[in-house]
Amino acid sequence: MSGFAGLVARDLRLVWRRPGDVAVVLAFFVVATILFPLGIGPEANVLARIAAGVLWCAALFAALLSLDRLFAADHEDGTLDLLLLAPWPLELAALAKCCAHWIVTGLPLAALAPVLGVTFGLEPRVLWALAATLLVGTPTLSLIGGLAAALTLGARKSGALLALLALPLCVPTLIFGAGAVESLATGGDFGAHIAILAALALVALATTPWAIAAALRQAGE
Amino acid sequence: MVPFLLEVSDLACRRGGRPVFEHMSFGLAAGELLALTGRNGSGKTTLLRALALLVRPVAGTIRWQGKDVAADPEAWRGRLAWLGHLEGLKGDLTVAENLEVAERLRGRTVPDRVRLLAALATFDLSALADRPVRTLSAGQRRRAALARVVLSDAPVWLLDEPLNALDAPAQAGFRAALGKHLAAGGLAVAATHAELGLAGARALTLGSRE
Repeated sequence: MSGFAGLVARDLRLVWRRPGDVAVVLAFFVVATILFPLGIGPEANVLARIAAGVLWCAALFAALLSLDRLFAADHEDGTLDLLLLAPWPLELAALAKCCAHWIVTGLPLAALAPVLGVTFGLEPRVLWALAATLLVGTPTLSLIGGLAAALTLGARKSGALLALLALPLCVPTLIFGAGAVESLATGGDFGAHIAILAALALVALATTPWAIAAALRQAGE
Repeated sequence: MVPFLLEVSDLACRRGGRPVFEHMSFGLAAGELLALTGRNGSGKTTLLRALALLVRPVAGTIRWQGKDVAADPEAWRGRLAWLGHLEGLKGDLTVAENLEVAERLRGRTVPDRVRLLAALATFDLSALADRPVRTLSAGQRRRAALARVVLSDAPVWLLDEPLNALDAPAQAGFRAALGKHLAAGGLAVAATHAELGLAGARALTLGSRE
């Protein structure tokens, strides 16, 4: 476990040394979200109706924005070879990378979303629900995005390709994430939506590390 | 006859569908150094990467103490210290932090400051321990990567052009460190263009396939 913790700590420290990278992602999230109330106009009903979908989509795009450097940076400076040569499973290293990515993007996105929700005129209990869905849903985005990042490693225009690969796979999470918030207004079962989101995260957790490791080995050849 | 610790038999590798080398066989006993020479593109790096299991050979076996290393790749990787043509250092971390992280990635505990500084002193880097790697010159980075190899205590060193970008004192430091490693019973395989300048080094010249 020393290696796993060491890798998470290294990636967090690297982000700490260059806080601008994360700040850009969060700023994108804020700006993209705020454009909607400005573009649609101050109709409280419409805004409250679309808020969850807009915030979820913006969070998804913001998470993708930071993903193309996830493995590319390690590939360029040769530290990926050190990961491939570590005497513990590469699957754990893949998980550690995604874990660190979630801590620096998923968590802040979930914390920011309720603040932005205010601009859509959401009521407090909906704001809390929004944060909860993002908290449960963003790990899936980091894992699936990590897989897309590993698969597009070394490809030209990897950013666009990454989005093309990851976005369709993120659709279920998006539907149930936004749907959970919606269910509060329509009287649906909020708990069931959260449970499905958690299930999606578990499926991603149980499958993507193996696929990421395989893609990284391929890239190392 | 001295028993071989590392035995490579009939190894063959392909790159992009073309054979790089075939029927590669050699053995190394404790304390031996193998210098890989050959033209550009003759497969020195591919052979090193195959030994590290980074490239899958199409045929042949690599044995350590008689056992196929592919059977337990994690145990084999634990015995390796790697220096690629890229240094494997993070520019935003200091030299000391890079070495600490590398040790943790090898599944070991964070080295204490004394051991760390001793490894850095081998390459005259003690004064640069707390400088971010991005502020170092190419030769200083190479030395930091070599210090990482020394710190690893691994019995097998795989080095790709270790003398690249090193000035004369650094080359001497490298020779001393390598000599110490071999004297302690370690093995090393180094791809090189320059003369390593170590007595008793075995040489293997790879033929080029244009």
